[in-house]
Amino acid sequence: MATNSTDKFSLAGISYTSRLLIGTGKYKNIEETRSAIENSEAEIVTVAIRRANIGQDNKEHNLLDVISPDKYTILPNTAGCYDAGSAIRTCQLARELLDGHSLVKLEVLADEKTLFPDVTETLKAAKKLVADGFNVMVYTTDDPIIAKQLEEIGCVSVMPLAAPIGSGLGVQNTYNIRTIVENASVPIIVDAGVGTASDAAIAMELGCDGVLMNTAIAEAKDPILMASAMKKAIQAGREAYLAGRMPKRAYASASSPIDGRFL
Amino acid sequence: MEIILNGALRSIENNFSIENLIKESGLIGKYAIEVNRNIIPKSQYASTKIKSGDKIEIVQAIGGG
Repeated sequence: MATNSTDKFSLAGISYTSRLLIGTGKYKNIEETRSAIENSEAEIVTVAIRRANIGQDNKEHNLLDVISPDKYTILPNTAGCYDAGSAIRTCQLARELLDGHSLVKLEVLADEKTLFPDVTETLKAAKKLVADGFNVMVYTTDDPIIAKQLEEIGCVSVMPLAAPIGSGLGVQNTYNIRTIVENASVPIIVDAGVGTASDAAIAMELGCDGVLMNTAIAEAKDPILMASAMKKAIQAGREAYLAGRMPKRAYASASSPIDGRFL
Repeated sequence: MEIILNGALRSIENNFSIENLIKESGLIGKYAIEVNRNIIPKSQYASTKIKSGDKIEIVQAIGGG
């Protein structure tokens, strides 16, 4: 039986025990960010790359002081990029910022209302980044054909959305996610759209290797408690997937034996 | 001389290097720097002189999903 300590997944040559990847946006303050991450037991943590606040108070905590690259795998994202060029430039800056660390989360968005990925720009950026030596984890739609193409380009992980970023709607197309998982030979991580613990469990029961989330934890009334709930949901969903669920039936099937009844 | 630093006009002394700019800006923690869209490696901060009109971007990691 697989246990938490032996059931690992691997990304760019590093193996991870936690299948919950979390974002660091939208928290009230850096203390809440720190506590939520600790409670989630996540090992991979996303960050955004933005202009430095020049002239800031030097006593103000820098995010990477709290979420140390020595302790966590920092996953810089290209959030807010709407074309391949901007995303590539962001990844290059991130690699310099993180002293040569080459694992990045590529997302090229198409539309502010839906934040859906621009798949053609994503494919273009992925090709260039892979050629430039990046380990690319790529955010994409739940289209199994595109997911496979991104894998073939050389992305180290394909990350289909469950639903639009920040929507909290949960997995909208279980058939597509299942097909993506079946076809894949790289880790499939559902990225975006989960709202609560059961959504994360469903993604894991479909066979995904992990779930990346931010808003579901950060916008919970109690983010620190939700971080713990998500950790458990991911573990439960994973174990249920490995255990193999019972078949669904249209009618009842008695659990107590028919033989030996005395009435 | 004047430069554009993170999108804003800024006056600095002539002959300033990237290293001088970092010190004057009080930057802490990890950051990356572009001058006119070229990334400047950390090893070249001291030797890279800033020219009038340079467009400089200094970025860092912040909270994001």
